[in-house]
Amino acid sequence: MVNERIFFRIFKDKLFKLSVIGFCFASILPLLFILFYIFKNGIAVINWQFLTELPKPVGEIGGGISNAIVGTVMLVLISSICSIPLGIGAGIYLSEHKQGKLSYAVRLCVEILQGIPSIVIGIIAYVWIVMPLRTFSAVSGGIALGIMMLPIIVRSTEETLKLIPESLKEASLALGVPYYKTIMKVIVPAGLSGIVTAVIISVARVAGETAPLLFTAFGNPFMNINILKPVNSLPLLVFNYAASPYPEWHALAWGASLVLAVLVLTLNVLARIFTKKWKVQF
Amino acid sequence: METELNTGASSLLEFSGIDRSREKDFRFDPFAAPESVFKAVLFGSALCMVLLLLCIFLTLLINSLPSIKEFGFRFFYGKTWNPVTGEFGALPFLVGTLITSFLSLAISLPFSLSLSIFLGEYSTKGTVASLLQSAIELLAGIPSVIYGFWGLFILVPIVRSIEIKLGVTPIGVGIFTSALVLSIMIIPYAASLGREVIRLVPDELKEAAYSLGATRFEVIKKVILPYVISGITAGNLLALGRAIGETMAVTMVIGNSNVIPKSIFAPANTMASVIANEFTEATDDIYLSSLVEIGLLLFMVTMVINIVGKQIIKKMSVQV
Repeated sequence: MVNERIFFRIFKDKLFKLSVIGFCFASILPLLFILFYIFKNGIAVINWQFLTELPKPVGEIGGGISNAIVGTVMLVLISSICSIPLGIGAGIYLSEHKQGKLSYAVRLCVEILQGIPSIVIGIIAYVWIVMPLRTFSAVSGGIALGIMMLPIIVRSTEETLKLIPESLKEASLALGVPYYKTIMKVIVPAGLSGIVTAVIISVARVAGETAPLLFTAFGNPFMNINILKPVNSLPLLVFNYAASPYPEWHALAWGASLVLAVLVLTLNVLARIFTKKWKVQF
Repeated sequence: METELNTGASSLLEFSGIDRSREKDFRFDPFAAPESVFKAVLFGSALCMVLLLLCIFLTLLINSLPSIKEFGFRFFYGKTWNPVTGEFGALPFLVGTLITSFLSLAISLPFSLSLSIFLGEYSTKGTVASLLQSAIELLAGIPSVIYGFWGLFILVPIVRSIEIKLGVTPIGVGIFTSALVLSIMIIPYAASLGREVIRLVPDELKEAAYSLGATRFEVIKKVILPYVISGITAGNLLALGRAIGETMAVTMVIGNSNVIPKSIFAPANTMASVIANEFTEATDDIYLSSLVEIGLLLFMVTMVINIVGKQIIKKMSVQV
């Protein structure tokens, strides 16, 4: 029967749509699960002391993660100082030289850099900095994170500056403004929102990185603000305490993951708002 | 502008046979210096990227030379990894990496494909689509150590109860658990790329199929999917690259055992997780060098996967 065939085809269509929708919602269930557990277990331990005190030895109740928060801030600062100027410079170069052998090579290298597993970056920072200095240090961790930030900043800077029309640059040059001032005072400010977004996204990415810090920043149970000494960071603390057999430390790790998750997700949301509200428009 | 005029004028003067070169020496050009410095800085920072990658590669190569010299190809098929006797064969980790990453890809495939079809074809705009989109982005933004922590405390007991039902030794940690965690982590990458390429399918093609009386399922199966198959492959290839390189989440739930796994529930180690676990313990040079060689291998594999994947995507977007 013709009618039956049509019904069967429509039935298949409906079934397919239902299963697609089913799989879609099943795939965001883990997100809800993860957020739920982090909130449930994390909110219980978070209070003012948790944010301002040092971790206590096993057996004592309480204690906080202030050293990890300070360490994370230090690492992010060091990595930003290393990577932001270099990354923006390379991004400007790429947007100014769209063709050419070096631009091709740089684009390829940046793509490869972006794909390097973070643990390999850790090995590199270990060989370059930890071995000569003979100590784990905040600097080595910061540089490892900086290498991870670079490709994100370079690519987004290039993409943003590409959107700025040539006529803007030509108008500035026609008024007799020298090339370097045209770039610094006209092109870069016009694309500033994109560059700022790139920086926020890259910070959000490296703030949660653990693997490159395992044998560079190493972790430290005490407060440390010396950049040549090992420091703790939030993800390192979560990793070290999660692997420990003590429930008190697990509680600290849940709290630290909540702080970390809130930090990273806020940065991501901030970046999205930036791109939406403050888009490069011409 | 000063300089432009100057050179213009001087070339004119040269043409007329008057020598102005000595006069030029006395003129101070305030813009010339920063101009060239600025260009040099831009050029230098671009060059830095190339040098950085080169240095990374050379560092890995030089530091793994002792191990390459000592073991040669035996490194890739040697089954024993024993720091005490100084015998290093990476086969258990190669097998562990292959199984976990491909298993996670297989688990994530139906989910990522559904997400890309739903967001690329069924519901491209609207609240549901944007909510789903934000959820995917959040999923991609969660740090991997949190996935590992969550997996260790929530997923491991669940897997353990499954193992009890199946009659396997209930360890909980192992290849299956890490593949589950990895599959959740790589869904966003494959899904967002898949959505992009499905949106690139020309409307004329779809409309032609609809006008012939095709149902939506038939359009998706016979028009859209064949058109975007290379893009979907590329997206999954890049997701595979991430799964291979992922360290923390895997390290926390794989069980860290340096033997070739006998089943998918057995504990194992991947290339990345063995580096994370043993790098700080590596005391003698050959041990450290073997770990760096694993890093070099990891670097090469992910590099090839990335280049191939990105080439496919580039070709697709040129085509459309």
